[in-house]
Amino acid sequence: MGLLAYGDTGWGDELFFATLMTIAVAAAALLIGFFLAAIFASFKLSKIRVLNLIGSFYTTVFRGVPELLVIYLFFFGGSGAVMYVARIFGYDGYIEVNAFLTGAISIGIISGAYSTEVFRGAIQSINKGQFEASQVLGFKKKIYYYKIIIPQMLRLALPNISNVWQITLKDTSLISVTGLVEIMRMSYIAAGSTRDPLFFYSFAAVLYLFLTFLSMKLFNKLEKHYSKGY
Amino acid sequence: MDLMIESLPRLLKATKLTIELTLLSLFFGIFVGIFFAILRTSKNRVLYFISYYYSYIFRGTPLLVQIFIIYFGLGQVEWIRESFLWIVLKEPYSCAILAFTLNTGAYSSEIFRSAFETINKGILEAAEGLGLNKINTFFKIRLPIAIRQSLPAYGNEMILMLKGTSLASTVTLLDLTGVAKHIISTTFRPVEVFIVAGSIYLIMTFLIHNFIKFLEKKYSY
Repeated sequence: MGLLAYGDTGWGDELFFATLMTIAVAAAALLIGFFLAAIFASFKLSKIRVLNLIGSFYTTVFRGVPELLVIYLFFFGGSGAVMYVARIFGYDGYIEVNAFLTGAISIGIISGAYSTEVFRGAIQSINKGQFEASQVLGFKKKIYYYKIIIPQMLRLALPNISNVWQITLKDTSLISVTGLVEIMRMSYIAAGSTRDPLFFYSFAAVLYLFLTFLSMKLFNKLEKHYSKGY
Repeated sequence: MDLMIESLPRLLKATKLTIELTLLSLFFGIFVGIFFAILRTSKNRVLYFISYYYSYIFRGTPLLVQIFIIYFGLGQVEWIRESFLWIVLKEPYSCAILAFTLNTGAYSSEIFRSAFETINKGILEAAEGLGLNKINTFFKIRLPIAIRQSLPAYGNEMILMLKGTSLASTVTLLDLTGVAKHIISTTFRPVEVFIVAGSIYLIMTFLIHNFIKFLEKKYSY
């Protein structure tokens, strides 16, 4: 237990902040994913064939290719792309892209592919009659979406959003390969310097279990809240 | 473009390992999954809890942690290193398969469990009425129905496992992702390599997807 002491003698504080980092990356990735999902779900539902194809391409590729490969693409490709743009503006040096940003974007794109399907399914399951009714009542399209569709959609999508969140949370462990100090990376460092990998990786597993348990409780509460009227 | 053509043979060779890891873990995983699914339906509290926590722990933690515990962690324990288990646990290859098997076993056990639970009670009563004994009912009635029920979800799990084998590269194995990473880190041309390796993965996902669809059609009633 001395290994987990808070302060200079143990790894307690380091692991605590690493856990916060995991939560931060996962939350950022989920939000990036939602943003992408809003765009690509509307692509998939649109009547324009090209947009349909783009939407399908996005979800097929990022749900069919391993997360690790996507992370390597952004990890090695990210700084290259930024340097390319910088060179156009006349800057010729080496630029390293922030590991947090690389991680959040790559996991966010994967998470977005799953969220796209969730959003699409939720929107499709809303009764068409609602649309017609709101048209008859003279709602503007914007109000119709914000006040009628999205609140209903959220209720239907919540169990699946909970799933996507769990997947995203677990996927963040893969960002450790880029050197971002989240739970896995910190455990790796601690295991290396104390020569006690069994203890630290098991502790990492406990931390992840704690996080997934906590988020399950939270989502159950949210689900209850949003299904009040039903 | 040159790099894409140049790297293709190396990536294809690495694909063999990826396929091998996927098939072996799925094969062992099915037995682990069915075993724990049966435990879950048991009336014995202890067996039920063992199965419940097994699936809870393996589904609640990242696969990477599981691989690291098995490969880096268990080797540290003295009595494991002196026992016959060490034959399995000293090789990254068998460690990876063990981790994948336990992981997919946990997810499959949930899929099979829900498939067993959705079997119509009337069918089981009919079997009893026809005088089939318990073993026959299980192998001739419950198992085939459960397999058909779980096909769509199991197809997803197969694809997840295919993607999961990419983590073998973190324990020094040179699977498709491992070789892709190696080529990327020596040439610094991630996009080309990603396109080739990604396409190989997509072709395999596509094949699994269609294979499951074929089975679903074949076993639909």
